[in-house]
Amino acid sequence: MIKLNRACLAAAGLLLVAQPAFAKTTIVTAGDGAQERLQEALILAEAGDEIVLEAGRFSLTDGLSLDVDGVTVRGAGMDATILDFTGQQGAGEGLLVTSDKVTLRDFAVENAKGDGIKSKGADDIIYYRLRVTWTEGPKASNGAYAVYPVESTNILIDSVVVSGASDAGIYVGQSNAITVRNSIAQYNVAGIEIENSRNAVVEDNMAIHNTGGILVFDLPDLPVMGGGDVTVRNNLVTTNNTPNFAPEGNIVAAIPKGTGIMVMANENVYVEDNLISNNDTAQVLVVAYAQKFSDERYDPYPRNVVIGRNLYTGGGTDPQLPGKDMLLAAFGGALPDVLWDGLSKEGEPALFAVEGTRGWSLNLPEQGIGLDKATPGPMIVSTPPQGERNCCTGAPEALSARIAG
Amino acid sequence: MKSRIVFAFSAIALIAAAANARLAAPDVADAVILEDGLPRTLSDFGFFIDAAAQVPTIGVKSYQLNTPLYSDGAEKLRFYYVPTGQTITPDGENLLQLPVGSALIKTFAFDDGDRRKLIETRVLLHRADGWLALPYVWNAQQTEARLAIAGKRLPVTTPSGEQISYRVPNKNQCKECHGLNGEVVPIGPKARNLSRDAIGEMVAAGLLDGIPQGTAEVPLWSNREQVSAESAARGYLDVNCAHCHRPGATASNSGLDLRWEQGTASAIGILKRPVAAGRGSGGLEFDIVPGKPDQSILHYRMASPETGVAMPELGKSTVDKDGVAAIERWIAEMK
Repeated sequence: MIKLNRACLAAAGLLLVAQPAFAKTTIVTAGDGAQERLQEALILAEAGDEIVLEAGRFSLTDGLSLDVDGVTVRGAGMDATILDFTGQQGAGEGLLVTSDKVTLRDFAVENAKGDGIKSKGADDIIYYRLRVTWTEGPKASNGAYAVYPVESTNILIDSVVVSGASDAGIYVGQSNAITVRNSIAQYNVAGIEIENSRNAVVEDNMAIHNTGGILVFDLPDLPVMGGGDVTVRNNLVTTNNTPNFAPEGNIVAAIPKGTGIMVMANENVYVEDNLISNNDTAQVLVVAYAQKFSDERYDPYPRNVVIGRNLYTGGGTDPQLPGKDMLLAAFGGALPDVLWDGLSKEGEPALFAVEGTRGWSLNLPEQGIGLDKATPGPMIVSTPPQGERNCCTGAPEALSARIAG
Repeated sequence: MKSRIVFAFSAIALIAAAANARLAAPDVADAVILEDGLPRTLSDFGFFIDAAAQVPTIGVKSYQLNTPLYSDGAEKLRFYYVPTGQTITPDGENLLQLPVGSALIKTFAFDDGDRRKLIETRVLLHRADGWLALPYVWNAQQTEARLAIAGKRLPVTTPSGEQISYRVPNKNQCKECHGLNGEVVPIGPKARNLSRDAIGEMVAAGLLDGIPQGTAEVPLWSNREQVSAESAARGYLDVNCAHCHRPGATASNSGLDLRWEQGTASAIGILKRPVAAGRGSGGLEFDIVPGKPDQSILHYRMASPETGVAMPELGKSTVDKDGVAAIERWIAEMK
């Protein structure tokens, strides 16, 4: 009898762990007063709660925000529950999350005035089966980022669809332990961008019809510096030939249309097992930061970027580069798949590529000067070093478990 | 027998008079400030003798700032409350440290014809587990302000005659400006920006043991054209922008740090490239280009009325023309 009681207690204890004692579900419907009702639900939520957004179009006048840990916001599907910010009058994004252990799933965000969904300092966050878009297609007046986690640890972005962002569809900045997978980024300036971040896996995504498909950047003058340890694998990166529509002044405004995968600065970046096709400037582009800078913490060179086995088709036929016609003539009508600016930090090779990788180099003599100093030639790099690779595990398994089943 | 009746009457009169006095100057409800929960009405706190006229009760004192935050030209009435027997601790460049049980109260009002109309009162409560920010919206009769946890939009005519949809922030938006390293903190009462009168009163009341030393004073906004362009502009940026644009706050990821004490040129935006500005860049390359306000993103975003471009993102819907002019003058003079 005593034993049984103990077993019951233990079982009860387990239940408590699995389900916080007072977790509740709050259902919010579209219609009159949606702004206040939904925002109130987000504010009054408690850890473990689920906020259910019923199917329908929620017409919103202001940004929404969530600042409670452990809350799930669940819609009825990315085509069924739509948070419509077309009439937004204030705030810098559609939905802002500033708390930890939040799950956002199964809804859409349309036409936010600034960014679509931003999470800042929000650890252990999941973006799952979301659609974030600007419905009039590529326009400079669209918001910068569709999905925008920043300054966070443990980020899982899975099965999201993003389009129309005037900077990046999926942008992860100044963060750590990141997985972006099973997602579609189309008609953005940058499809997927990992910036000033560590330990990221970008896999099983489709980046199509962006200006640049997948970008791995490291920039100066930011609070979090030193990006690296990024794997880009098993992605379909195709036809990223949309004219650049980013407002001038933004770093992505300099990306030439027709860029497949681009690595700028950074260390330990692995590009492998991707299908990269029909990107008209460069299927893969590896460069140093091109501007002058004064930040002493900053390393402008790529270091240990490894181009593994990828499948390349088409591409390089309409490069947005000075001397295009001469280049095309020299290379027989299409540029080779990998374009490198030729810059390496002394003693730390920028680039390795598996045998058979077709590439060319601009052979720039130094960092921070223009392309007119280029003396194009073959890309001469070593094959990747052998041995164990201690890198790039991405978001922890515990995050996947939260959306399993 | 008669005398006893007289006595009884005077006792009743005395009690009644005392009750009236209490009615006239209620005690602040310390328990309401301190206890968990979200008080539904502003009157629950007992901050005012006459709330509609914004007459504070005993222990609640008004204060002014040298350079105030721009809020669409709203008249702002600021008060602080420190529990009886407690004191305030200065903390150098940082905020005055108000003890647990304290409250900061700010009412926003606009002229409506020939009378003043109270729109909202925001309170910051210092509870044992930290500060809590709550917005209260006034009713049309101006008799009570009720908690509006999800915020509200109201039609307002600004002093410059613009018809706007005035935004009462929701509880989370309060934190977007008041958040620092995950905690809610006050913004306004830094020694450098409190009026000298307010500090003098704190000292005289025994709340503060002396005028805090060692901090350069933010200039009076009304003197902005007499003081140096840099001083006026940096004071303005400190008060209007630096609660987000500083390490540990909402816009930390921009790398822009507009605090008064920040001395590094690139940190305050000089020849600094934007990070995540999107169309907020306005096609410009740097936050500040010395000598060229019209090529500076900082100026562009301050001068824009457009959601998604305009800065600050919260707390205003119109352009602060005086603020823009001060920034313009500073950048134009910059070498």
